Amino acid sequence: MFRIMEKRLLAPAVHQLVVEAPLVARRARPGNFVIVRTNEAGERIPLTIADYDPEQGTVMLVVQEVGKSTMDIGMMEAGDSFTDVAGPLGQATPIKKVGTIVGVAGGIGVAPLLPQIKLHKEIGNHVITIVGARTRDLLILKDETEQASHEVIFATDDGTFGYHGFVTGALEELIKQGRQIDEVTAIGPVRMMQATCNLTRKYNIPTLVSLNAVMVDGTGMCGCCRVTVGGETKFSCVDGPDFDGHKVDFDELASRQAFFRDEENLARELAEQKRGGCRCHEK
Amino acid sequence: MPKQTPEERRSNFCEVALGLDSELAMREAKRCIQCKTRPCTRGCPVEVEIPEFIALVAEGKFAEADAKIKEKNSLPAICGRVCPQESQCESLCTLGKKFKPVAVGALERFAADWARENQPETGCEQDISDDPPVCAAVDRIERPSARIAVIGSGPAGLTCAAELALMGYRVDIYESLHETGGVLRYGIPEFRLPKAIVNQEVDYVRSLGVRIFTNVLVGTTLDLNEMLAKGEYQAAFIGTGAGLPYFLEIPGENLNGVYSANEFLTRVNLMKAYRFPEYDTPVRIGKRVAVVGAGNVAMDAARTSLRLGAEDVKIVYRRSRTEMPARLEEIENAEEEGVQMFLLTNPVRIISDSKGGVGAMECIKMELGEPDASGRRRPVPVAGSEFTMDVDTVIVAVGQGPNPLLARATQGLALNRKGNIEVRDEYGATSIPGVWAGGDIVTGAATVISAMGAGKRAARGIDIWLRSQS
Repeated sequence: MFRIMEKRLLAPAVHQLVVEAPLVARRARPGNFVIVRTNEAGERIPLTIADYDPEQGTVMLVVQEVGKSTMDIGMMEAGDSFTDVAGPLGQATPIKKVGTIVGVAGGIGVAPLLPQIKLHKEIGNHVITIVGARTRDLLILKDETEQASHEVIFATDDGTFGYHGFVTGALEELIKQGRQIDEVTAIGPVRMMQATCNLTRKYNIPTLVSLNAVMVDGTGMCGCCRVTVGGETKFSCVDGPDFDGHKVDFDELASRQAFFRDEENLARELAEQKRGGCRCHEK
Repeated sequence: MPKQTPEERRSNFCEVALGLDSELAMREAKRCIQCKTRPCTRGCPVEVEIPEFIALVAEGKFAEADAKIKEKNSLPAICGRVCPQESQCESLCTLGKKFKPVAVGALERFAADWARENQPETGCEQDISDDPPVCAAVDRIERPSARIAVIGSGPAGLTCAAELALMGYRVDIYESLHETGGVLRYGIPEFRLPKAIVNQEVDYVRSLGVRIFTNVLVGTTLDLNEMLAKGEYQAAFIGTGAGLPYFLEIPGENLNGVYSANEFLTRVNLMKAYRFPEYDTPVRIGKRVAVVGAGNVAMDAARTSLRLGAEDVKIVYRRSRTEMPARLEEIENAEEEGVQMFLLTNPVRIISDSKGGVGAMECIKMELGEPDASGRRRPVPVAGSEFTMDVDTVIVAVGQGPNPLLARATQGLALNRKGNIEVRDEYGATSIPGVWAGGDIVTGAATVISAMGAGKRAARGIDIWLRSQS
């Protein structure tokens, strides 16, 4: 069970995995996530489902190597199995017919955005997608994004591909062109989602964000993933992971994400030593 | 019962209580006067035939004693350790009126441990195929054809499953986590309930033919109504526990270094963070820890903090010693290990250290006023008594509500005001025909043994109902 059927390198240290998980695939909806473990000593790692195929009984996950646990996933190959895959978890993203929606993705945030924009397109919304990355090589899933959207704007911080600048710059240009935008969905690093919300707040555009708080069980049991939304404490795992971005306390989220930074660094260094240096530049 | 010394045990995770040897056990068992009234049995939620098993221990028939207990209780090594015997069987002991009551819990633990160490393993591997495993451990006549789904592998679910299996039903347990045992695994620490014991008891339940599927969340991975409608199962038992921690709802509670007791204990117990970086999940403990609350979970969190290296650990509780919900034994263990009690004290806010972490906690002194709805005297703040407590870690152990995942996905399942599952009779029948519930998901957070009692009653209810159907 939980076998990796396919593995593909999308960008340096960014992997796409198609994993056998028939029960999860059968009931997955856009916005859901899974918890995976790679081995008996492993962490429970929350990963948003990037695609699902109930007939094949598989889910697609996109993983960027940032710490020991994600490096462990990076080491796995097609044919290997996860010890555990549990889900689908979290509330499905509320997707309604609103008119024009803009999906804004930063880095690998485009992966969890894909099932959402697909559904938006399917139910008749006009979908504009803005995908940003530091540089051209880090832009992933370009074809899939084009297929799932009516219009796509790629943006790179260094100008090596598409719009030169941040996703917020591209979004503001759209707004200033007078395009009617009924809803924005932003998925990516905390500061990118925060900047997007700061912008859309100015223009009163409802904005949904998908939060990636630190989790342990992912089922509401521990409360580690609590976030402040509109002054109230919510659990990202069972109340979210999608929230009204204009109400989220992003500074608190960023701070909480960094709580275990020292331990994460230690674990990564030990893992790198064991493997003889980091593998970021291989392949 | 012999214990590790406080100095020794506060730096290890090994079991604190060491158990009786056979000589001590026989001597203790012989104290039982085998009175005719058997009041102890009335105190046992799972109806263990206490005088009978004690008589067998007294005769040195330890395997028979274990078998006698297992007729009624599938998890004796666990109950012998974590049951509040002092308020159940032992509190009713005839001998206890004048002398110390017979140490029923210690004897139960002894018999179960003896059997584990001295009897060959049942060696029943789970068979993943559709047919339930055939197992030599139980003499089975003819199996009734009904299949029953048990949701949650904590004390309620394990007990219900074992009872039903013993009646001959085919039982599958679905567990949401990657490991079995529920609170026995993620909640109760190794030093109070070694995980090897939990494994053994779970293996025993498996040896009865029960299959256990981990990583399945009924409510999200599977739909309960669908499982029943498709005829995969003829009945179900919900024992999903109390799985949503309460917080204090005071300023500063989302600072780094504030944990729910559930998070803290889950990291340490289930994920083995005390062995980080050998295990990948970290836990960060400061030097000065405040644990808010005074139940068994609070004691577990405080004592775990010490073992992880905290220098100064305080229990902060808004009522007085008399109202502390923890077992006396656990309070004593904690105090012996150096946990300090700040009673009649209530946190007001948690103050940041300017780096997003906990710098201090402001508290206010309380006094007891008139009794409240719970019958306990209501704590009232003493005006002007605020003071600041120097802490860098806060663990909130003020109870838990029902986990919403199953309930919100299961159409037709009636809940009460608090979100607990509503039951209609003493067996735990819910609003959905063929579905029973029991344990913390019905009562709110309570004890292992009360959950086991509910699992047992539900098994009886299910059996009666299934017989009436055929």
